[in-house]
This record gives sequence, structure tokens and C-alpha cells, in this order.
Amino acid sequence: MIPVSYFFGLSIVLFVLGIIAFFIKRDLITMFMAIEVMLNAANLAFIALAKAAGSPAGQVIVFFIITVAAAEAAVGLAIILLVFRQKKSIKAEDMRLLKG
Amino acid sequence: MGIFLFSLLAILCVGGVLGLILSRNQAHSALFLVLAFASLGGLFGLLDAPFIAAVQIIIYAGAIMVLFIFVIMMINLEQGIAPERKRWTLGLSAVLAVFLLIELGLAVRGTLGALGRTGGESIGDPKELGRLLFTDYLYPFEITSVLIIAALVGAIVLVKKKEKE
Repeated sequence: MIPVSYFFGLSIVLFVLGIIAFFIKRDLITMFMAIEVMLNAANLAFIALAKAAGSPAGQVIVFFIITVAAAEAAVGLAIILLVFRQKKSIKAEDMRLLKG
Repeated sequence: MGIFLFSLLAILCVGGVLGLILSRNQAHSALFLVLAFASLGGLFGLLDAPFIAAVQIIIYAGAIMVLFIFVIMMINLEQGIAPERKRWTLGLSAVLAVFLLIELGLAVRGTLGALGRTGGESIGDPKELGRLLFTDYLYPFEITSVLIIAALVGAIVLVKKKEKE
């Protein structure tokens, strides 16, 4: 059978790829998708550790993560839409109202 | 057999995320992400979590990504996608990412060997998960429903167009 550590390693790689995507992409929607990648990497780590520990508690946590991610996606996309209506742009550099 | 499936799904998953990074079109990025999430669902299945695998594919690859694609459709960018950041930022982020990868690897190195292997008795039985959700995790479950209602109402209120007076 497959060692659980392979899954754990894959989750680390996915998390780092999500961070890279977050930093090199410029539009808000793709940055948001990168956050989803990171959340999924965390889910994979939880499920791998649930398997290693032999307890379903880790899988229950993943339920909650998926639910919160869905709520976050709904609100986040609404905010992105609102920003786009006001500024006609979704580039991250254009959001600089707080910049001195 | 198992290791073959794992490698296939892992390559699809990492390839999907790489496609997200390399593609300049947001719609293509979203579709690559659907591929990555679907193969991640397969990986969950390999880890004895069949119910989570189904939830992953239905909710993540289905519902959430459709939401993303709808928003991409509504934000119709006339000027096209802007070019990437400057070269040195790309290089710097690549170097920092490699450092982060090494750091995370070192942090979990001690535990990796002790994790054991897949197989053995099943833990992801939907019946057991449902029982846990409605007994030990009842309060988080109920709070999550309040959170969802709040998010739903918040999203609708945010996006609703102001009525003209």
C-alpha cells in the first residue's frame, strides 16, 4: 500500500504552489483561486493524518473547512464584483486606497 | 496498482495547479483548478475517505468553481489580461518558495516516517461520520449553519444594485 507520508508531501507541495500562485498572479480572482488551492492542501494534510491516526475526526474537520471555504468564496467573490463595479479593474495594484 | 493511481492523480493535481499559474486566461485557470480539485477528490478516495471525496467533487469542483466561472463571466475584461509582474519579482518569489518548501519539509521530516501506510480497517464510513457530526461535533455543525446563512445574506446584500431614487 501507499505510505501516508507521500500524501503529506504532496500536500506540502500543493501549499507551496498555492503560495507561489498567490504572489505571482496579479488579478484578484486568480489570487482567490490560489487561496482555495492552499485550503485544499490543508484538507489533504488533515485527511492523510486522519488515516495515519486511524480516527475519522480529521475527516469531520475537512467538512467544516469545505463549508467555510464555500462561505468565503461567496462573500469574497461578491466583494471582488463590488470592487470591479467601482474601479472597473480587478488588478491587485489598483487597490491602493490605503497607500500613503 | 495503488501507487500507480497515486502517481497519476498527484501528477494531474500538481499539473492542474501549474496550469493555473502558467495560464494567462482566468477562465482557463479556473478549468485547470477544476481538474486539480477533481484529482484531489480521487486522492481522498485513496485515503479511505470516500464520502469526503464525493463532497470534494460535488461541492468544490462543482459548486464553488462554477461560482468562480460565473464571476469571471460577469467581469468581462475588455483590455485583456495584464502582463505578469517584473522578472525579478518572479525570481524572488521562486527562491522564497523553494526556501518555504525546504522549511516545511524539515519541519515535518521527523513525523513522516511514523505515519504508516494506507489500507487496513476503513475509517471514512459515511455512517460513522454522520454520527460524529451530530454528536461530538454538534455545536460546530450548528455554528457552521449560522455562518452559511450570514455569508449568504452578506453576499446578496453586497452585490445587490442600489435602487435609483
